[in-house]
Amino acid sequence: MASSSLKAVNISVEFSGLRALDDVTLTVDPEEIVGLIGPNGSGKTTLVNAITGEVPLVHGSVSLREEAITSLPPWKIALKGISRSFQIVRLFNNLTVIENIESASLAHGDSLRVARGKSERLLDEFGLSNRAEELGGALSYGDKRRVEIARALAADPSFLLLDEPAAGMNEAETDALLHTLSRIPRDRKLGLLIIDHDMSLIMRLCHRLHVLASGRTIAAGKADEIRRDPAVIEAYLGAKAAHA
Amino acid sequence: MTFAIQFLINVLSLGGAYALMALGLVIVYGILRLVNFAYGELIMVTGYTLFLISGSALPWFVMAAAAVAMAVVTGIATDYIAFRPVRAKSVTAVLITSFAFSTLLQNAALLFISPRPRVIPLPEIFSRTVEIGGAITPMRNLLTIAAAVILLALFAFLMRRTVLGIAMRAAATNFTMARMLGVPANLIISSAFAISGFIAGVVGLLWMGRIGTVVPGIGLEPLLVAFIATIIGGMRSLTGAVIGGFVLAFIDTSLNYTLPQELLKFRDAFTFSLVILILLWRPEGLMRGPATGQRT
Repeated sequence: MASSSLKAVNISVEFSGLRALDDVTLTVDPEEIVGLIGPNGSGKTTLVNAITGEVPLVHGSVSLREEAITSLPPWKIALKGISRSFQIVRLFNNLTVIENIESASLAHGDSLRVARGKSERLLDEFGLSNRAEELGGALSYGDKRRVEIARALAADPSFLLLDEPAAGMNEAETDALLHTLSRIPRDRKLGLLIIDHDMSLIMRLCHRLHVLASGRTIAAGKADEIRRDPAVIEAYLGAKAAHA
Repeated sequence: MTFAIQFLINVLSLGGAYALMALGLVIVYGILRLVNFAYGELIMVTGYTLFLISGSALPWFVMAAAAVAMAVVTGIATDYIAFRPVRAKSVTAVLITSFAFSTLLQNAALLFISPRPRVIPLPEIFSRTVEIGGAITPMRNLLTIAAAVILLALFAFLMRRTVLGIAMRAAATNFTMARMLGVPANLIISSAFAISGFIAGVVGLLWMGRIGTVVPGIGLEPLLVAFIATIIGGMRSLTGAVIGGFVLAFIDTSLNYTLPQELLKFRDAFTFSLVILILLWRPEGLMRGPATGQRT
């Protein structure tokens, strides 16, 4: 099923001469969960921004189901079926929770009634039904994150990119999120790319891992192989730990 | 008692007109974070359209509808001519182009019509008066109150219960994010200008109904009123704009009743002093908008 994948090939991104991403290649298949990990500043968010058209590429290409989407504007990429969440939540603070979720569905041309039905099911799925009429800006941090993921899903994406979805959540919330996220790819036939620093979450959730350090790919493969990879241990803990 | 009714009708009718003026301005400001300085000219266009077709045998309501439609068209034209070409460039550029468009329209009216007032046709009902609980008031005041109630209700319904409304509110809260979700930005902005034109058109009919004439500079006072009401209410909030309109009308009407005759011509100075006091107390206006309201 390679033809229905999201592919980023040989991506390089520069910020005023500084190379933030250097020749990174990443593929996400439908119904697959890929974890994107790496130390702070290794280029994880930049890679997501590059895929969704928010930063220009110096080199490389992005394709969705064999169709080139390189350097399309973000909204066109969103309409083609790639949704995302943000490291710093970007909700519509003075819209209600359900309106926040509806907005994504409406943007994709759904009628108000379809959007409402879809949003109610998503609220239910994320345990937010009792918050539907509250304002987005009034929610707790963890709830905001869940609303943002629900909003991304309301667009019925074929690929979902989540930037630190569990940041700021407590353990119970993280477990609940893990449970919800683990079902999404199969239920909705979508590919999920997830950035997080919580290794136990990543290890339990992801089928495959992709590790970045200083803008380069240092390892990619199955989760338990990555865990033992000396280059990964070195990047995270320093050279001494890797050889200990 | 009679006085109280009189006062209430005056505040509500003036406030209704002010609130609508402010709403028409803030609907565009809310989304673009840019003030449309050619807003007053929408009212001017309404007046001159009515004047130009006054010779026809059409019923007044048809002429009025045509005049409001012209204001809608002019609103959309403002977007295409003054805003869209420079929107992404800088705030200053849009400031200047919207001033330029305003001047252009005013001078066109001066040149092709006349600098002198032109009489606009008004239905007989505008000059009738009625007695309510002992208070005698022009019928047009009640019409203004009715129009304000209907338009504000329609507007609230549009913003809360329609696809366009939700998209406009999303765009007003966080334009970049709305765009990123795939909300069609240009369509939303043009719709906001069209609604702005519609509101200006209707309020223009009621406003000019007080004096019965139109001059090229007719739009200045409504623009100023809308701007001040919006600042009192809070630039980021639609509800705030409406509240600001009523507060401003309350101040104006109270001063009309309390100031001695010789000070009445300085009423605006008193009004603006009070506005300054309100802003010292609440620098962001009475209603605080969303914290994300940056120009993007």
